Amino acid sequence: MISSVVIVGAGHAGVQAAISLRQNGFEGAIKLVNNEPYLPYQRPPLSKAYLKGAGDPNTLAFRPAQFYADQRIELIGDRAIAINRAAHAVRLASGESLSYGHLVLATGATHRRLSIAGATAEIAYVSNLLEAEALRQRLQSVPRTLVIGAGFIGLEFAATARSKGAKVDVIELATRVMARAVTPEMSHYFQRKHEIAGITFHFGVQIEQIVQETDGFRARLSDGRDLAADLIVAGIGVQPNIDLAVDAGLSTASGIVVDANLLTDDPDISAIGDCTFFPSVHAHEGVRLESVQNATDQARCISARLTGKPHPYASLPWFWSDQGEEKLQIAGLAVGTDRTVLRGDPDGSSFSVFCYKAGKLIAVESVNRAADHMVGRKVLGAGKTIDPEVVADANVDLKRMIA
Amino acid sequence: MPNVIYVDSSDVQRTIDVADGVSVMQGAVANGIDGIVAECGGNAMCATCHVYVDEADLARLAAMTADEDALLDGAASERRESSRLSCQIVMTAGLDGLVVHLPERQV
Repeated sequence: MISSVVIVGAGHAGVQAAISLRQNGFEGAIKLVNNEPYLPYQRPPLSKAYLKGAGDPNTLAFRPAQFYADQRIELIGDRAIAINRAAHAVRLASGESLSYGHLVLATGATHRRLSIAGATAEIAYVSNLLEAEALRQRLQSVPRTLVIGAGFIGLEFAATARSKGAKVDVIELATRVMARAVTPEMSHYFQRKHEIAGITFHFGVQIEQIVQETDGFRARLSDGRDLAADLIVAGIGVQPNIDLAVDAGLSTASGIVVDANLLTDDPDISAIGDCTFFPSVHAHEGVRLESVQNATDQARCISARLTGKPHPYASLPWFWSDQGEEKLQIAGLAVGTDRTVLRGDPDGSSFSVFCYKAGKLIAVESVNRAADHMVGRKVLGAGKTIDPEVVADANVDLKRMIA
Repeated sequence: MPNVIYVDSSDVQRTIDVADGVSVMQGAVANGIDGIVAECGGNAMCATCHVYVDEADLARLAAMTADEDALLDGAASERRESSRLSCQIVMTAGLDGLVVHLPERQV
């Protein structure tokens, strides 16, 4: 039995790994390396509720400090800088070294930075608690806001800023919102709803330069137009934090490469969460997923393996995004969709897109329609499908389709 | 401050002060009550904060939304008439003494 586990990263994956190890009866030492000066905290509220609230970081903590003490999970406030695989040790920035029986890399991902001409130091990102707190304060002065990127983070932030009365412009290089992640039908729904709320979109353009003015900034777009702004926030994707793995000679691709059991090349090192590139039984290819569900389910998977109950990782991916009044939920992965069936009214306020590939249901996107989402999770989780003709029939209650 | 009584699946009880405006889920998580997981942080997305509300208290609660109703179908333990998502039960003085039973599993 392993004597000690070191977990690098105290986000959703790292914290769940520690919690699950104890729940599964692991008695050895658990050290959780946390490179931020806060108790481990949740990420989703940073683009939403936290920005609207009073700014109390305690509302974000996964668990109070006492919890870690009670569970004998040692929180180490430091940053891992190197892995010595032969010595089974992790060196920290402070110079300390942590020995491990097993090492879990839960290092997450970091926001990509915009590199353009001009005042780029003024571009804000919704990345961590420190940055979110600065944004929360900025929003109080109701700034003219420019959001770069119409992905989940950009839209969540845009909706939050708009709800505080800010004028909001969103620029996006693609021709629709959330282009990487949702079907065109769902993109159009969200664009319509955000526009009704007063957000202005600019598609097919990118920002070329930012110029400081006496009063705010001027952003020059690639189509020659200028947009004035007091606050510029970018949400243009993330990059997995793989440096530790790369330096240690572990395989990496668009993430730390792990096998079906979430083990790296090294039998004493696992990786979980946003930083991993793993074989997905749902996508039938290697993927990197950025979601709370993937982080927590992968954490549970390795904790089971480390306490004697290994099983391949096969959890169904699911995801949510709250944008203003709109609750988007996605079950499964829509990669390769060749047919969609709609349920509900895409011109109303609640509908779902059932995504099929070669006749089989592979994903369900739902907005304000949690019942369809839960049907999707159940059916897809069981490896089953629903006949498209049944889905298309509004008179059928899909709940009856589940045994 | 109003009290919530959490009864786990082995009938062990703990009485916790849960302030007005704080959810039954947050009260559990802040006080080390194991039987509530709250993976999605209180967003009515994960159904891992599932509780069975004591019969005597059911009528005291505000009605559940369609979203909560849908999510409860996804709970790991059996759904009953008394099932609620504890992240959606917000404490008030009127709910003092609320008793909730924790299911065997949340995942």
